[in-house]
Amino acid sequence: MSDQSTAEPVIQLVNLNKWYGDFQALCDVNITINRGERVVVCGPSGSGKSTMIRCINRLEHHQKGEIIVDNIELTDNLKNIEAVRSEVGMVFQSFNLFPHMRVIDNLTLAPMLVRKMPKADAEEIAMQYLERVQIPEQAYKYPGQLSGGQQQRVAIARSLCMQPRIMLFDEPTSALDPEMIKEVLDVMVELADDGMTMIVVTHEMGFAKTVADTMVFMDKGEIVEIASPDVFFTKPKSERTQLFLNQILTH
Amino acid sequence: MNDQATPEVVAGGSKRTAPPPIERIPVLRWVRENLVSTPFNAAVTAICLIGLIYFLPGFIEWALFDAVFVTSDHKVCRAAEGACWAVVGEKHRPMFFGVYPYEEHWRLIIAVLIYISAIVITMMPKFWSYRILVPAWIFTLVSTLTLMWGGFLGLAEVDTSQWGGLPLTMILFSGTLVIGFPLAILLALGRQSNMPAVKAVCVVFIESLRGVPLITILFVAVNVFPLFLPQGLEFDKLLRVVVGMAIFFACYEAEVIRGGLQAISKGQYEAAEALGLGYWHIMIRIILPQALRICLPGIVNHIIAAFKNTSFVLIIGLFDILTATTAVMQDPEWRRFTLEAYLCVGLVYFMFCYALSKYSQLVERWLSEGKRF
Ligand SMILES: Nc1ncnc2c1ncn2[C@@H]1O[C@H](COP(=O)(O)OP(=O)(O)O)[C@@H](O)[C@H]1O
Ligand SMILES: [Mg+2]
Repeated sequence: MSDQSTAEPVIQLVNLNKWYGDFQALCDVNITINRGERVVVCGPSGSGKSTMIRCINRLEHHQKGEIIVDNIELTDNLKNIEAVRSEVGMVFQSFNLFPHMRVIDNLTLAPMLVRKMPKADAEEIAMQYLERVQIPEQAYKYPGQLSGGQQQRVAIARSLCMQPRIMLFDEPTSALDPEMIKEVLDVMVELADDGMTMIVVTHEMGFAKTVADTMVFMDKGEIVEIASPDVFFTKPKSERTQLFLNQILTH
Repeated sequence: MNDQATPEVVAGGSKRTAPPPIERIPVLRWVRENLVSTPFNAAVTAICLIGLIYFLPGFIEWALFDAVFVTSDHKVCRAAEGACWAVVGEKHRPMFFGVYPYEEHWRLIIAVLIYISAIVITMMPKFWSYRILVPAWIFTLVSTLTLMWGGFLGLAEVDTSQWGGLPLTMILFSGTLVIGFPLAILLALGRQSNMPAVKAVCVVFIESLRGVPLITILFVAVNVFPLFLPQGLEFDKLLRVVVGMAIFFACYEAEVIRGGLQAISKGQYEAAEALGLGYWHIMIRIILPQALRICLPGIVNHIIAAFKNTSFVLIIGLFDILTATTAVMQDPEWRRFTLEAYLCVGLVYFMFCYALSKYSQLVERWLSEGKRF
């Protein structure tokens, strides 16, 4: 995937800095992600992983540096923000389904309102994606009637209905009971096999080893290490990475 | 794995098919649990019982056994010992319809029926969509106002100064809601806005008008406001009153709705934004439907208050059902039976408010049953 000859950058973070009040959450973050690349981001809690990927679809705004997504630079320009958001899907730790709507309505809402898609088309696409995440039979239930794993798969399907070119995952399995983690990871692996550009924040190292083209380790608002999985897991350059991996792989 | 996991099983899952023990005398159990569960409860029950025994027989005798129900002769009523319900039959037209021209009362009856149908539709969850309710209410307002106003379609024109009674009460009430509720939502959203200017305007508006009595607002709307208008420009007095009431209602309701908005998690906004939805889509489709359901009891509370507040128009010379009744009861022949007429009007108010509060309990139960959550 990250073959140099076909590399086409779709996300570029250049000297990205972000403050919450006086607290600097991101310091000079630099990374370029190519089309079809699968990036797994890990690091201790509070290291700025969520902040970084939330900047990519402007859920947080940055104060310094550049974010370029699909050749569009993210600024205060509302049109650019809308354009980027319709290209970038996001899956949250806490699912964030709309509890007052049935699953099918959760899936069709954005395509109908943002893409102006007719209802019948939107529902057809919604059913396709529900089948892909293996829960078409839940279409007419409310989110509260589903298990956590099913809800997260609905959330993934909801993002896919906008037919994004990039998917962001922020600890998608952290809120799930152990027996449900696999069903969500399976869906994500399948998505990766289809060539989706993905940035996944996760501590599921098994998933990272099978799927990732690139591993990123963050600590204290900085990117400490960017490496291929082979290098990352066997001989990481940084001591901090080493320490983190020891903790997470041996517990 | 087996059925021990189902929630209705307590300890000893094997007995779950046994029927509950039969209760011999459920009434006694109800009495024990509700009336005499503690010494204090028992004392309160006793006091209430004594009060009932003391007053109830006399009231029943007056209201039922000695009462006159039908007569058009006030002398029959004077001769009787008990209540004169006949006064309601005799005076119901001016009580319920005020000074609206007598031959045109049929228009009011149709208008009231349309209006009540609209309310009933609004109350049923299967019609809860903007696509049904907005047109339904536009139709209701246009048709009822056309009927009442007239002036075309062969209907004689009736000036708003002649409107009165129950239709006036309903116009004041629905006008208050139709103008006040959207205003309340806008004020609540404005108060949460990221834009400092919008936020400041909403805060000042809500906080200043919430501190003023309704009567003051009505006086200003009727007597002071016209002084500031340029010569020749004039708004209907009824409209000014409705707007005054709506603003008062909106300031209170906005704070209730704000409470509901605060209960919505940030994740809902973020998920919607990440999907590319804009501000109004997010609010109308995702945030408000959830927020309004959460604060429904508070919303209904203020709606009931708004219904009763319509009787304040008495002080500015509009004849709602209460004021119209007062006026009708000036008739010397029937004057002695004002109490009965007021009881009847009281019953009308009670029916509306009781239906509203029962209904809000019903909706809360639907929601807690998790139908939509
Ligand atoms: N909205 C916020 N306001 C203030 N500080 C925040 C906010 N969000 C995150 N932070 C801080 O920024 C740092 C990075 O947070 P985050 O990106 O959520 O870390 P991670 O996802 O790696 O656990 C943390 O120290 C956190 O406390
Ligand atoms: Mg995080």
